[in-house]
Amino acid sequence: MSQVAEAPGSEDGAATGKDATYDGLRLQKVTKSFATFTAVHELDLDIPRGSFFALLGPSGCGKTTTLRMVAGLETPTSGSITLAGADITYAKPYRRPVNTVFQSYALFPHLDIFENVAFGLRRRRSKDVESQVHEMLALVELETQARKKPAQLSGGQQQRVALARALINKPEVLLLDEPLGALDLKLRRAMQIELKRIQTEVGLTFVHVTHDQEEAMTMADTVAVMNKGVIEQMGAPSVLYENPRSTFVANFLGQSNLIEGTVTGRSADVTSVDMHGISVSVPTARTHVDGDQGWIGIRPEKVLIGEPGEALDAPGNTIPGGVITDVSFFGVSTQYLVRMPWGQELQVFEQNTGRTRIFGHGEKVELSWRPEYAFLLDHDQDATAGADRDD
Amino acid sequence: MSEAKARGGLGRRVREHLVLVLGILVLLYTFVPISVVVLMSFNDPASRNVYRFDAFTLDNWLHPCVDPSMCDSVARSVEIGLLATLGATLLGTLAAFALVRHDFVGRSATNVLIFLPMAAPEIVMGSSLLALFVAAGFSGQLGFWTILIAHIMFCLSFVVVTVRARLAGMDDNLEQAAMDLYATPAQTFWRVTFPLVFPGILGAALLSFSLSFDDFIITNLNAGTTTTFPMYVWGVAQRGVPMQVNVIGTLMFAISITIVLAAEVNSRRRTRSLG
Amino acid sequence: MASTAGTSPALAAASESTRKRGRVGYLLLLPALAWLTLFFVIPLYSLVATSLFDPSGSDFRGYTMSWAWGNYTDALQEYWQPLLRSIVYGGIATLFCLILGYVLAYAIAFKAGRWKNLMLVLVIAPFFTSFLIRTLSWKLILADDGLIVNTLQAVHVLGSDGRLLATPVAVIAGLTYNFLPFMVLPLYASLDKIDHRLIEASGDLYAHPAVGFFKVTWPLSLPGVVSGTLLTFIPAAGDFINVQLLGSPNQRMVGSVIQSLFTDANNYPAAASLSMILMLLIVAMVLVYVRRAGTEELL
Repeated sequence: MSQVAEAPGSEDGAATGKDATYDGLRLQKVTKSFATFTAVHELDLDIPRGSFFALLGPSGCGKTTTLRMVAGLETPTSGSITLAGADITYAKPYRRPVNTVFQSYALFPHLDIFENVAFGLRRRRSKDVESQVHEMLALVELETQARKKPAQLSGGQQQRVALARALINKPEVLLLDEPLGALDLKLRRAMQIELKRIQTEVGLTFVHVTHDQEEAMTMADTVAVMNKGVIEQMGAPSVLYENPRSTFVANFLGQSNLIEGTVTGRSADVTSVDMHGISVSVPTARTHVDGDQGWIGIRPEKVLIGEPGEALDAPGNTIPGGVITDVSFFGVSTQYLVRMPWGQELQVFEQNTGRTRIFGHGEKVELSWRPEYAFLLDHDQDATAGADRDD
Repeated sequence: MSEAKARGGLGRRVREHLVLVLGILVLLYTFVPISVVVLMSFNDPASRNVYRFDAFTLDNWLHPCVDPSMCDSVARSVEIGLLATLGATLLGTLAAFALVRHDFVGRSATNVLIFLPMAAPEIVMGSSLLALFVAAGFSGQLGFWTILIAHIMFCLSFVVVTVRARLAGMDDNLEQAAMDLYATPAQTFWRVTFPLVFPGILGAALLSFSLSFDDFIITNLNAGTTTTFPMYVWGVAQRGVPMQVNVIGTLMFAISITIVLAAEVNSRRRTRSLG
Repeated sequence: MASTAGTSPALAAASESTRKRGRVGYLLLLPALAWLTLFFVIPLYSLVATSLFDPSGSDFRGYTMSWAWGNYTDALQEYWQPLLRSIVYGGIATLFCLILGYVLAYAIAFKAGRWKNLMLVLVIAPFFTSFLIRTLSWKLILADDGLIVNTLQAVHVLGSDGRLLATPVAVIAGLTYNFLPFMVLPLYASLDKIDHRLIEASGDLYAHPAVGFFKVTWPLSLPGVVSGTLLTFIPAAGDFINVQLLGSPNQRMVGSVIQSLFTDANNYPAAASLSMILMLLIVAMVLVYVRRAGTEELL
């Protein structure tokens, strides 16, 4: 049912523009400039019909602006937006088959829940408003609250009303603007599962805007990472996580260690890199730099830690000479900061499986990782991009 | 040790409640003249000139229009009040929408202009209007219409400020949500914006009416031969005030406090039913 | 239900742009603006013009404009006492209103809890009765053989034939009473906005409650103090009802002079020039006051 929107051979999975009657949501070179700055810069995006799509990025990256342009609440400065072949770029919001779940819910305070949910149906003069509303309220488990006013409901309940109010209109695309932001952790987790379930059941296209990378990864079929008005990378969550193509994506999704290296050789399968005197290899499919200078990336959970000289499980790159500078016990895992001979501190996450002992502060250790987990990024990119999150 | 604590405790308790007690005392002070008004409305005075409570009677309430010019003046004031309220509320609401929702040149100058009539001394506003009417040649026609013009003028600002506050406090996502849910701009206005602003408009209208009904200084200067209720009271204040005046005063108080309390009870009832 | 997406610059720019441009805004504003211009601004011009008319005219025979700046000096010479008295009485009444009003506003904002709204209603309620009728009641309350005067005579605050009516005391008492809500409401609005945690924080940092008041509460309530004093002083200085009903000809305030010059003496140029003087005086005082208080935002 859902497909990865990565066309073969394209750089970042963006629109190929080949199919003139693409049945999903397509944004082409959409730009939004305000007087003082440009929020969205020539954005190309193909969102397949029926998928759960996440637009992920830090605050200020332009994701909400993009969403509002799809909803019709904002007009693009240039570019086009088409839905199932129809150009909706300049259509008024009340003429688009698109509905939004607002971040602040925007429930009408003077109407009760029933009327809130029925609002869209009534404006379109739908028949059987009653039965449809009751069905929808049952879907979000709020039947008993039908005659209450929004102010009388809890945050989680209001969120479900906002969802019901949008869903009931069976839009071609449902837009969700950080809908779970105001909920506490437990409720958020529950709603994430709920939303995913509903989307699968109902089969509509969901476009979910969020800055929470965990949320995006757990819920979406396809994730597009957005930064400063452009899409950095788009694809399935696991692909984005395991094989990031830019330092921003590497740092924004989870955490990465980025180590300087110089390319010493390239072959069809493997790229060899000199990393501070140690020779490491990176699969060519995970090498995303043309020049000689690069950042070797390895996720902290992929780094194995052991006593000096101990034969580690990974017949791969072994880096001796590490000294532990910080140990944090998380119950499930232990996180180490290890200072390497070239001065950099690397992060290591070790699951507390009991395989090895927990090391202490100041101890000397050896690190290792399997080459197939490493990736190589362009040295010109900022190694700290995406690392600071506003959460 | 515990004694010192108890003393300190008593001192703190007094201090805690001192402000509240003082506040309530001030509040009671504001009610003293009203109680006098209500009391005097049941008064049967020994003579017209001495303003003193003599005997209890219901006569004043049963026959309020003993002096026909008093009831005339009340009717006049009500007439003017209703029309002024209509005019000021209409003009003021439109202006409030313009100020909150629209962009235009000279925004801060407009804000100052709206604010000034609320702060200007009434005698100056009254004098200048009189000067205008005279200069324009209407000195012989001072009366109902000149009073109405003046009233709309000074009620406008209060309406704008009240409605503007209500409108600005409205979440503007609501209108976007309405449009997202297929409401045309007209439907959005009548089904979402208007119902939410309406309490502010209503409050502004009530405020206008009471300002208009109660005005003396500006009205007096621009009234010609027409008499409004405050002007009537002023007229009889020197000669001797008929107790029926206090009946009107009590009625005014009773009606307004009923309206305000009803609104308060209504909103309390709504808040109480919250889950 | 406020939106939490506040920090993004794109959204800030977007909400600015949701203010619609175009002619509709001007059309909506036009009627009100026209009315105010016609009946507030232009009359002020008329007032200036009238103040410069030849004082020997009348509204019967007509006035001639003679740039009679002398009207101003004449008015000042003749009526400086009522003018001064108005400023002084108005000032004293404002001060009393500030003290009483601050206590009340503070009590409502900080100590009233659930009864906040009710108390606010009660503050405004008495003032729905006619201004004149209320003031007349004070005439009764402060009457020569009334309870208050008798009590004050008994404790020798007043002499055995002392009275309150027809004294400045009665006038100022009336002014204070009548303009109290104009002080209480802005004060309350300002005090209500103060975050209670700031006061708790000052206590946590070793400040005695009185110090906490002077260093935290009072400064934060200053915008309310400024609007309150302005909204009280300006009408109080121009009032003449209190003085006519509760005072005597010895306490005439400039408002009653202006009133009688218009209606009794029919001396429009004199009345207009005196009115202008009062207005200019008030404007000057307000400007100095506002600059010293340092707050630009009044509403």
